[in-house]
Amino acid sequence: MIELFPIWLTLKLALSTTVILLILAVPIAFWISDRKSVFSLIAEVIVSLPLVLPPTVIGFYLLIAFSPNYAFGSWLEKSFNLRLVFSFPGLLIGSIIYSLPFMVNPIKSALSSLPPSLREASYSLGKTKSQTLLKVLLPNITPSLLTGVILTFAHTIGEFGVIMMIGGNIPGKTRTASIAIYNEVETFNYQNANTYAAILMAISFIILLVLYSFNRKKEQIKYY
Amino acid sequence: MIEFNLRKTLHTAEGDRPLSIKTQIETGSFLSLYGVSGSGKTSILRMLAGFLKPDDGYIKVNDSIWLDTSIKYDLPSQRRRIGFVFQNYALFPHMNVHENISFGLNKKDPPKIVTELLDLTGLANLSKRKVQTLSGGQQQRVALARAIARKPSLLLLDEPLSAIDDEMRIQLQEMLLTVHKHFALTTILVSHNAEEIIRLSDKVIHLENGRVHEPVSPATLFLKETGNHRLTGTVVSLAEEGNFTVMIENRLLLMRDASQSYKIREKIEIIFDKGTWITKQS
Repeated sequence: MIELFPIWLTLKLALSTTVILLILAVPIAFWISDRKSVFSLIAEVIVSLPLVLPPTVIGFYLLIAFSPNYAFGSWLEKSFNLRLVFSFPGLLIGSIIYSLPFMVNPIKSALSSLPPSLREASYSLGKTKSQTLLKVLLPNITPSLLTGVILTFAHTIGEFGVIMMIGGNIPGKTRTASIAIYNEVETFNYQNANTYAAILMAISFIILLVLYSFNRKKEQIKYY
Repeated sequence: MIEFNLRKTLHTAEGDRPLSIKTQIETGSFLSLYGVSGSGKTSILRMLAGFLKPDDGYIKVNDSIWLDTSIKYDLPSQRRRIGFVFQNYALFPHMNVHENISFGLNKKDPPKIVTELLDLTGLANLSKRKVQTLSGGQQQRVALARAIARKPSLLLLDEPLSAIDDEMRIQLQEMLLTVHKHFALTTILVSHNAEEIIRLSDKVIHLENGRVHEPVSPATLFLKETGNHRLTGTVVSLAEEGNFTVMIENRLLLMRDASQSYKIREKIEIIFDKGTWITKQS
């Protein structure tokens, strides 16, 4: 019999990561697509770094950063009584950083592919940048927003390396489903590993099915 | 009175080219910018709108300053009170006709203006339609109504009728003129269509080979008045029995002049004098 906690933790982590990233990624993507400065170029590179780095590299640096043995971690602990390492908030921050490009990049490409005159028309009608983003640009890129949501959610469900590095493998605290599978295989408990894996697969399949069918409907409305 | 002096180096396919324009426009008048593509007419419009930053210069609209690079002052587009009609209309695809037109209005603006514009542009029965389902001419009218709804100090039109067929274009030109007069707008039109400029504008500025000419009346520019009227054009095809086709601006004219024989691509002048005309090599 398997424990249900890892499944619950995985879903909670994926959902929180997706919601927070959606809120963060929209202004970041807008800023990168709006400015052609050196700063936005560097921001673009930093956002995309998690795509090329092994998860263990990101996990390692976050572990160092969050650890109370080093400056940032000890400052967090002293000032806010907050220890991020081996905790859910630590996992969440790691997931957000690791999935950043999966949410930012589709939104950024969609914003760049809209004709610039749409933005300019809104400015000429007296609307501020944020009004333009919310009322003109975002309603015209909903399929890409949905793509970002799907990719981030799916990516967080399957996350392993970063979580292992920051959260360790603490049952009932930081053991997510993907780590539970690893754990069961390590102890030759293939039956349990199979149950976890099947549940993850079913959840992912259903989520993708629902979101893609919604996206398809949306496209039909838009272009038919 | 609108007064501006703008300088900008344009990066064109043929290399960098300086653009410099200094002029005044009477409030309520209709000015056109005429020139081939790449001559910088759209850039001037975009600088007036605040979409493009000039290298230096100033823009003064009535008593307010929109731009003065000498004191590093640049009023953002949002606060310039302009109406801009884009070549591709740039309508908001997720909104219907009414929502597009009323988008620029503030809560305190009277909503009556939208109804008035819908009537004036003949869009009243289409107000709930999504803009994507409209024809080019209808979209054009929505774009114009949207630009006017805020009663702009300056209406900027970037080749608004270039993608519309001839018959509809004449109707829209009429409407443009009606709207310009009805709302007492100051309007600047970018166009490469001489006929359109003659029909609509009070003054025209010709941009040619990097030079910006003084504003003149359209008749002066296009008919080159020297006692008689003349048009210049290019022979584009030769037909039987001495007929040939001349392209004048973007219009074709079938002509016959037995006294002359022309070659294709030859530039000719058609001179109207005392109810008759003659052609000669230009």
